[in-house]
Amino acid sequence: MSPAATTNEPILERAPVLLRDWLTGSLPERARWVVNSLIAIAVLLAVFGLLFAFLTLAERKILGRIQNRPGPNRTGWFGLLQPFADGIKMLTKEDIVPRTADPVLHFLAPVAVLAFSILTFAVIPYGRHLVPVELDASVLYFFAAGTATELAVFMAGWSSHNKYALLAAMRALAQLISYELPLLLSFVPVVLAAGTLSTTGIVAAQAGWKWHSVPHWFVFTPWGAAGFVIFMISALAESNRSPFDLPEAESELIAGHLTEYSGFKYALFFMAEYFGMCALSGMAVTLFLGGWQAPLPVLEVIPSYAWFAVKLLGLLLGFIWIRATLPRLRIDQLTRLAWKFMVPLALVNLGTAAFWSLTFAWAGPLQLLRWGVALALVAGPFRLLGRGLSAGLGPRTYRYA
Amino acid sequence: MNTVLVLIALLTVGAAVAALSGRNLLHSVLLLAGAWTGAAAFYLWAGAEFVAFAQVLVYVGAISMVVLFAVLLTRRSRDDLAPGPASRVRAGYALLTGAAVAAVLLAAGARTTLTPASPPPPVVSVSQIGGLLMGPYAVDLLAAGVLLTLALIGAVVLAAGDRPGNPDDAP
Repeated sequence: MSPAATTNEPILERAPVLLRDWLTGSLPERARWVVNSLIAIAVLLAVFGLLFAFLTLAERKILGRIQNRPGPNRTGWFGLLQPFADGIKMLTKEDIVPRTADPVLHFLAPVAVLAFSILTFAVIPYGRHLVPVELDASVLYFFAAGTATELAVFMAGWSSHNKYALLAAMRALAQLISYELPLLLSFVPVVLAAGTLSTTGIVAAQAGWKWHSVPHWFVFTPWGAAGFVIFMISALAESNRSPFDLPEAESELIAGHLTEYSGFKYALFFMAEYFGMCALSGMAVTLFLGGWQAPLPVLEVIPSYAWFAVKLLGLLLGFIWIRATLPRLRIDQLTRLAWKFMVPLALVNLGTAAFWSLTFAWAGPLQLLRWGVALALVAGPFRLLGRGLSAGLGPRTYRYA
Repeated sequence: MNTVLVLIALLTVGAAVAALSGRNLLHSVLLLAGAWTGAAAFYLWAGAEFVAFAQVLVYVGAISMVVLFAVLLTRRSRDDLAPGPASRVRAGYALLTGAAVAAVLLAAGARTTLTPASPPPPVVSVSQIGGLLMGPYAVDLLAAGVLLTLALIGAVVLAAGDRPGNPDDAP
């Protein structure tokens, strides 16, 4: 929350900064910096903590409706108090550590997984004036902090001394090694187009509208759309969400690395999973959906952080919808999808983005050619690789006894 | 400022020593990841943001995963510990070699004259680093890339062998 607000902006846009300055304005310079940082941390934890609580409720409600049942509806209005009831239950449960477990790692794993997923929140620009930490290489920081969470999943699985947990740990490692690459490759075109690794710079590069109606978001370019899809699929895998929830896989591994965790440690894992999902969605909004930019010039009246929240919630609901719709993949299908499909597509997408930025000056009929070539560069490899991936699988015929 | 450096150094060296002296391979790998994080913290302290994050991304994120994978796939059981020193003679040789390396390093360190007040570190932006890597150091970058690709292909050739394909492995 560093940049100073200018006075000709609407009051709602400046409200968070004004409120903070009113609170800390009378403090000396050094103390003010510390208190400002503490306020930013407290606000982030409170907002995302509450978002986590109600996201679990929303997920259970939406999954329930999709499966034609009401979902939790006994605690409070529409089950609104359910997250708090769950929290109290988790806190009062017994904390069980298996006798043969590695006690230090068993304790350290939930702490590490949560700590690293909270670290990633630091660099996302939540609004025009709401950037907790501005770094020159903030995108790199985000992914560096995010990778360490899978290490914690491995620690949890291995230290439990349980075959299901160990299988989950192996799966988590295989999944990370496979999906790290497309995730990192899919944001490289954005860095290429924006010319910077800082999240504020990337959001600023997506400012403005074409013909006063089409925003300059990267998702509205051929390479941006392809990159966004690759990023979101990899994000699903990185946050261990269905259809890539192989490390937990309740139906085959009885929750995998979580098998030997109970009470609040289990809740910490759960929290970290949702935090990771929120952070990756926030990053997707920043990289491809224009960050906090409004979709139309008229709509700029609504403050930027509200736009960010709308986009973030949209992506999170998409995550829940996908979970309700798609069946889980097998581990070999998962790795094959990553190495034979996503990685080559992401590499080709880099070339498409390079072509797009080299032909920046093309106008008139050449513009049509530019779109045509870029779309062909996206769709052609997709068709070819897709055919290779599904070769010999054909449409299945089922015979019933 | 220097207390921070001393703390980082103690953590890094401590983690590395613990990783080397421990008998549990998995603990050693995790401690090694800790030592790599310490190195990243040192880069951050020295003002090299980009290198620090790249260090965490590559070493803590990817290389530790590969090492863990290798350890898990090659050990027979969980209690399969690293072998201890077979004899005192071998331990003696190891100590001797280590001491020799340490002596060379110390001698090199003692001969270097350190300026008491170091100038402020140059502020290098990520785009400058990118320009340097693509401009004057492009050949070095390409050479490193080719070398790594060759190593990768060699590893695949070694690992793949020429076993006949099992029809059950088909998708």
